[in-house]
Amino acid sequence: MSLELFLLLAAALFSVGLFGALTQQSIVMLMMGLELMLGGVILAAAAAWHYIAPAASEGQVLIVVAVTAMALEMAIGFAVVTALFRSREIDMTDMAAELKE
Amino acid sequence: MDVAVFWVLAVLAVVCGVMVFRFDSMARATFSLLASLLCVGGLVVLLGLDYLGIVIVLMMTIEMAIMAVFMVMYMMNPAGLMPMTMIHNKKGAAVVCGLVFALLAAGILLAPWPARRGRAPADPTMELGMSLMGPQMLTMMTLGMALFATIVATVVLATRRGRYDRFGDDLRARRADDPVRGGVGR
Repeated sequence: MSLELFLLLAAALFSVGLFGALTQQSIVMLMMGLELMLGGVILAAAAAWHYIAPAASEGQVLIVVAVTAMALEMAIGFAVVTALFRSREIDMTDMAAELKE
Repeated sequence: MDVAVFWVLAVLAVVCGVMVFRFDSMARATFSLLASLLCVGGLVVLLGLDYLGIVIVLMMTIEMAIMAVFMVMYMMNPAGLMPMTMIHNKKGAAVVCGLVFALLAAGILLAPWPARRGRAPADPTMELGMSLMGPQMLTMMTLGMALFATIVATVVLATRRGRYDRFGDDLRARRADDPVRGGVGR
């Protein structure tokens, strides 16, 4: 195992998540793509900590921040989906186009 | 042994990640994402961060269970009994993602990564705790405030009736206009 292998795996997870975030019409499925992308970020941060600077605790702190971002993204995402569904009975990104205005 | 575990978890993580967007069933997609993120947690444990790896495993298990409930609540075909697609611009997205992966891979393989500096502490969890309660206290406080703001924001977004619905546009109504009477003072 090496840093490069872990980073390539993290890049693969990030790219798959990006594909989901770009293609999915359902807001909940879009959030799943974001979760995968953040999973890749977490893995890259953990690998960087282990292979580059294991003595520095900042690498671990970065992982805590990313994990917290995952939780916040999901909580706010579900609240937005609930509010959208309640007001317009939609759960698709294409139908929520008026949010742009 | 570690190498074998790495390859098993790595392949599973990517395959399950891809399957998230290929399953017809929303419930299966959720559990596929759970499997992928559990593999990420396992890999973090493999890198020596036991505490953070277990936190990721526990958090993702609960998070995906909640996500499965939301899937069944809001989405059609939660059991995947008929084929369906809910995607747009598949080709364009595939090209963008391929390019992103190629760029990242090129950077990863070509970058002169620094040599390993220092040794891992005997107890990384203790090190993390001391850091969060010491030099990284501001980060911890910011995360705490962000979590608190999220709790407030989610309740405000998810609640059906706010204070303006209950007490009128100018909030001057003497009594709340609630469909069911009760509560403090009423």
